[in-house]
Amino acid sequence: MMETKYLIIGSSHAALEALRAIRQADRDGSMTMLTRDGHMPYSPTILPYVVSGRSAPDRAILRDETFFAANGCAFVGNATAVGLDAKGKTVALADGRSWRYDKLLIATGAAPAIPPVPGLDGSVPFHVLRSLDDAMSLRNAMGAARRAVVLGGGLVGLHAAENLAEAGLAVSVVEMRPHVLPGYFDAKASGRIEAAFTEHGVKLFLGRTVVAVDAPDGRSCTVRLDDGGAIEADLLLVATGVKPVADWLSGSGVAVDRGVLVDDTMRTNLPDVWAAGDVAQAKDFHSGTQALIGIIPTAVEQGRLAGMDMAGDSYLKPYAGGVPINTYRFFGRVALSIGQAAADGCGEVAEQEGGGYRRVVLADGRLVGYASVDEPFDVGIMGELIRRRVDLSGCKEDFLSRPLETGRRLMSEGWR
Amino acid sequence: MGTAFDTIAFKASACDGCGKCMTACAEAKQGASRISIVSGAGEGRFELSLCRQCGDPKCAMVCPAGALAKDEASGVIRWDANQCVDCLLCTAGCSFGGISVDSHTARVAKCDQCDGDPACVKACPTGALEWVTAGSVFKKYGDREDMFVPGLSGCQGCNSELIMRHAMRKIGRNAVLATPPGCIPGMGSVGYNGKTGTKVPVFHPLLTNTASMLAGIRRYYDRIGRKDIVVMALAGDGGTSDCGFHAVSGAAERGEKVLYVCVDNEGYMNTGMQRSSTTPFGSWTSTTPVGEHMRGKTQDAKNLPLIMVAHKCAYVATASTGYMEDLYAKLDKAVEASFRGFSYLHIYSPCPTGWRIPSSKVIEACRMSVDSNFVTLWEYTREGGLRFTRSPDRPIPIRDYVKLLGKYRHLDEAQLDHIQARVDEQVALLRMMAAEPVAAE
Ligand SMILES: Cc1cc2nc3c(=O)[nH]c(=O)nc-3n(C[C@H](O)[C@H](O)[C@H](O)COP(=O)(O)OP(=O)(O)OC[C@H]3O[C@@H](n4cnc5c(N)ncnc54)[C@H](O)[C@@H]3O)c2cc1C
Repeated sequence: MMETKYLIIGSSHAALEALRAIRQADRDGSMTMLTRDGHMPYSPTILPYVVSGRSAPDRAILRDETFFAANGCAFVGNATAVGLDAKGKTVALADGRSWRYDKLLIATGAAPAIPPVPGLDGSVPFHVLRSLDDAMSLRNAMGAARRAVVLGGGLVGLHAAENLAEAGLAVSVVEMRPHVLPGYFDAKASGRIEAAFTEHGVKLFLGRTVVAVDAPDGRSCTVRLDDGGAIEADLLLVATGVKPVADWLSGSGVAVDRGVLVDDTMRTNLPDVWAAGDVAQAKDFHSGTQALIGIIPTAVEQGRLAGMDMAGDSYLKPYAGGVPINTYRFFGRVALSIGQAAADGCGEVAEQEGGGYRRVVLADGRLVGYASVDEPFDVGIMGELIRRRVDLSGCKEDFLSRPLETGRRLMSEGWR
Repeated sequence: MGTAFDTIAFKASACDGCGKCMTACAEAKQGASRISIVSGAGEGRFELSLCRQCGDPKCAMVCPAGALAKDEASGVIRWDANQCVDCLLCTAGCSFGGISVDSHTARVAKCDQCDGDPACVKACPTGALEWVTAGSVFKKYGDREDMFVPGLSGCQGCNSELIMRHAMRKIGRNAVLATPPGCIPGMGSVGYNGKTGTKVPVFHPLLTNTASMLAGIRRYYDRIGRKDIVVMALAGDGGTSDCGFHAVSGAAERGEKVLYVCVDNEGYMNTGMQRSSTTPFGSWTSTTPVGEHMRGKTQDAKNLPLIMVAHKCAYVATASTGYMEDLYAKLDKAVEASFRGFSYLHIYSPCPTGWRIPSSKVIEACRMSVDSNFVTLWEYTREGGLRFTRSPDRPIPIRDYVKLLGKYRHLDEAQLDHIQARVDEQVALLRMMAAEPVAAE
């Protein structure tokens, strides 16, 4: 049995930020980071660039051995957590080893959610994109394939579809909902993105569900849609969403809804057990209820709070709640979204369409959401205005006509 | 000791929105300007958006590509163009618009401080942008030996303690120090029970004879051929401008080779906050109380450093802990001049206890005193005459400064006008002495 004061399961954004926060308050407490991955830490967000070849796999690494040595943290790869005994304060690994901890952080993130479609139970080979190994295998498969089908028009699906199209494949994307990137963008914004994909030869099947996938010859496959249509492919990527990696906690007593339920300092219902990042179901800024928001900024913020609380840092301030953020590049263009940018009926909507498109959503004279296509803005500034609920009633006209300037001005005035 | 870095500071009150900084930046970087000046809340007001080179950079923390990191030597958040995958997540991390899309390249761009020589600052004609090198000062001297014992019993947030520790850290062990009665010895620097509170020879003269005793000590060192000892005083304003003045004036007139540092907290704070001749008009002190009839001090402060100029000292300067790089530069010159003649350094020092300000606001008070021209920063040499070391142009109203201080809480409009008028008068006189044109209005 190995022992450590701080045990962190996972090695991505939430985990790395927790490490940093712990070390800020506790220089010497022993620390161990376990991850089921075989590589040094990297971000899942880099993977589309690994697929395209823009980032070499070894350049995708965020922290090396020197970093862990300097920070007094043991890094253990190929270590898959399979069980938690919260009474005995131990985590069991797949290889039979176990670790005893004083304080535990669950930062196991999320993994692809595979829809219950006949054929996707393992009988038809398909790709997913969440780990470096996934990315390298997709990159390898890409070379030999001619026709690809991507299930899911979310961030992961669209990134991959672009990669595949740029690599010369004939690509089809099937999305259940009427538009791509639902939740982040309204129909007009999504429309611009969809048009770009269509221009680049990508076929979009919107509002369509897959009813079955079969592969009679075991190599190429047929994707069957609910309208009776069928698409042939020799490369299938499933990107229909993710789900928190919390199965290993079953029976441990940790409360799990869709993700691990946490309070405003990322504590679970069990003593000395915290959770942060994509695995956690934490407060949503807009609704105040616990929700899943699987993005880097929330993973980082939650990781920081968890680390501070674990180390007893007195500067800890409770979580204000996660705000959805999407910074998306497609074919060299820019689409950005923050907050309730796609919402209808939650306030006053101001849309502006010219060379670029922007959509500003206000409620009670305060910003609640902002999205744009082909017109970059300062996402972080708009995020602050949303989170601080800055009253814009005194400068509303300025804000709507010149949001970038006015946002910069407000932040400069308020925080010199 | 931690780290500190040089920085580009912005003084909104001095910015006229000319945009020269942006042009200079765009030219230097061959792309979009990294600095952006935007219209402020009112007519003729401007605001700034620029990378603040955060100590805790959120742009770097949310970067999935390892493309952003704080440079440990310069403090600049470096952007690595080869690592960057253009995902723009960093723009979601920054609350100030410090990293944003450069439309020329469709990539992010941010300020790199031009490797310590920022083009925007050089192009700024009004002084609204300033390259502040206090960080370098801190790094250079922060690890030097502190010449005072830890745990001096100064009040919380004492600015005079800051001055003592900074000054002696810079001057070092080769010094003989006089600390006449006042806060400085009072907080324990002369010591207890036969032990001194400093690591240099220190003594406690009378209020009246500090400068005379130092003169004797210097003459003795001259006689035995020790040319390397700084003979100096850390004295209060009372001990310098009132009870000790004849000795100071005499030593200056004789050209004694002494460094005399006056730490001016505008009164006898150590003994219960009585007024001194440097206490400004309107101040509450325990001997100029505020009540039904009295409204604080009724006379103006004596401008002691100007009086020292009239002595034609080898060096006279004023300084403030609000502007450390300026203070340090003057300490260097003052020490050097003290081997040639009388060297006088007047350091303004807000007193949290006696002035009724929270200790967290002391440095802000220092800065605002300078920014309002209540305190002017200048130096004088016989060869070069009087010269401002910070521009007195575009001052903030005196009202903004005094409202920070509890000792002025009772001031009425007439008193405020009086103070403003005296400050303007003082600056006009100094400008004349500095042979600078007096402002038109
Ligand atoms: C292709 C793609 C593109 C994306 N683009 C964006 C984007 O543009 N913007 C954005 O904000 N977000 C994006 N995301 C999401 C973002 O990457 C995640 O929100 C973020 O990585 C969450 O970090 P995390 O630390 O919570 O978990 P993860 O990054 O999921 O990491 C989980 C860690 O836990 C480890 N682990 C899992 N299970 C176990 C176990 N049982 N035992 C031990 N270790 C385990 C894993 O090996 C991994 O190290 C994207 C994701 C993908 C896949």
